[in-house]
Amino acid sequence: MSVPLDGNAIAGALGELFAVDVSVARLECGGCGMEGVVAEVVVYIDAPGVVARCRACDNVLFRLVRAPDRAWLDLRGVAYLRLRTTST
Amino acid sequence: MARAAVLRGLSWRVATVVGVRDETAAGRTIVFELPGWPGHAAGQHVDVRLTAPDGYSTQRSYSIASAPGGDLVELTVERLPDGEVSPYLTQVLSVGDQIELRGPIGGWFVWDDASPDPVLLIAGGSGVVPLAAMVRARFAVGSSAPFRLLYSVRDPASLLFGAELDHYQRTDLSFGVHLAFTRTAPADVPRPVGRIDAAFLTDATAGGPFSAPDAPAVFACGPTGFVEAVANLVVAAGHEARRIKTERFGPSGSQR
Amino acid sequence: MAGIVSPGFFGRRRDASPRLPPGQYLVRDFPVLSAGPTPRVNLDTWEFRIATETGEKRTWDWPAFQALPADDVTVDLHCVTKWSKLATSWRGVSVDTLLDGIETDAEYALVHAFGGYTTNLPLADLRGGKAWVAYGYDGADLTPEHGGPARLLVPHLYLWKSAKWVRGIDLRRTDERGFWEQLGYHNYGDPWLEQRYSAD
Repeated sequence: MSVPLDGNAIAGALGELFAVDVSVARLECGGCGMEGVVAEVVVYIDAPGVVARCRACDNVLFRLVRAPDRAWLDLRGVAYLRLRTTST
Repeated sequence: MARAAVLRGLSWRVATVVGVRDETAAGRTIVFELPGWPGHAAGQHVDVRLTAPDGYSTQRSYSIASAPGGDLVELTVERLPDGEVSPYLTQVLSVGDQIELRGPIGGWFVWDDASPDPVLLIAGGSGVVPLAAMVRARFAVGSSAPFRLLYSVRDPASLLFGAELDHYQRTDLSFGVHLAFTRTAPADVPRPVGRIDAAFLTDATAGGPFSAPDAPAVFACGPTGFVEAVANLVVAAGHEARRIKTERFGPSGSQR
Repeated sequence: MAGIVSPGFFGRRRDASPRLPPGQYLVRDFPVLSAGPTPRVNLDTWEFRIATETGEKRTWDWPAFQALPADDVTVDLHCVTKWSKLATSWRGVSVDTLLDGIETDAEYALVHAFGGYTTNLPLADLRGGKAWVAYGYDGADLTPEHGGPARLLVPHLYLWKSAKWVRGIDLRRTDERGFWEQLGYHNYGDPWLEQRYSAD
């Protein structure tokens, strides 16, 4: 059986693409409005890409597809992402 | 033109095996030397990438078992019978060999070693690995944060870090371990074989600041089904969801 | 992108076969890939629907679908994640049978599944004995993890086109990209041409 994991499992894949740790970002589900943390969302990795879903409503929050030389990230299910940056 | 600091994402680095240590029949700790390792926090993991001579490549995630400090990093890997990567890491990889590794990864499931808050750790199987890193970090930095580890394991032979955890709880009263054996228990354990349930949680969190009113930081790690079950138990016991951090691993892709 | 070789690491068994498209390796088990929870589909309310570009609809409930003539086919499966499984046995209804008598000028199909998954392909790829709506696998009912009660089976394209838990097909004059085709995967997905990712 294919069992979902959580956002911790894709922190490496996200860390390759972003300079900040996206797994600790807060987000709001664009479907139901639930707020949470990327590390705690439901993540399916046994698929052609990564699919992250809301723990409350199953809405697709974001998807990530990785080709050898390119990556696609679709965030359309997320109302907002709040990232922590280093202060300037 | 001003030169801005260039922020960079994670990239692969070469890790050299400098030691191996069998923990159980199926579990082995591998010590890697990683020149330039930026350091990690207890609870973080790494991605490991293996490449075969014909170019076939695959990767997995493994939790770091060692406390932060230095440029040695220890992974404790449990061999899965039908696994693709874990049999290699636990049976083939030897001192002097090199693999690719990237990390440290994940800033959410980490223990802040400056926090005095009580900590309740709940492990299922090899989910104990990142929690053991937190325990080791606590003793390494001399923290006096009260810690309690609830550890669900198949049988005594599968227990990881048993002697070390026992040593810690004998030397420090603010650290304690409660074991739940799910298949076979040692003869001297009065509790019957069984999973972590509400009664176990109540018993194991008694006698310390680990109940809901004490608002301990809760970390639960294990297979997905285990984590869902214990997270529900902890919430049902009155703990606030925002105090509970979870990490799930599965049979493929990201086993720990 | 290939990194240093790990001495003694060979990984999953990878047999060569003239029936393997480029970049694929053979598996003997049947990996389960999923992008979401497995839908619980009730056969009492199950319905399969074909809708044409003019809005005409044809539907079958489960008993009516079972009453349609079925084929037993043995085909090779090729997943874009690089595993292939040879000689798999299926029972299902040819999409030709489902389309028989439907008036359409559509050139494209958008396939819908329970749980919200979609995938697109040219309608011609669903015709001519190349595609089925399958409900039997290896002599038994198709299990939910493999797409039961019924999934699309289009074995000449990468397996993401063979939508699990299929519930209907829209026939369209214009192409609309499906769940993975929207996000980097190739719009057509021919395994023999190794059409894994879109050209940008």
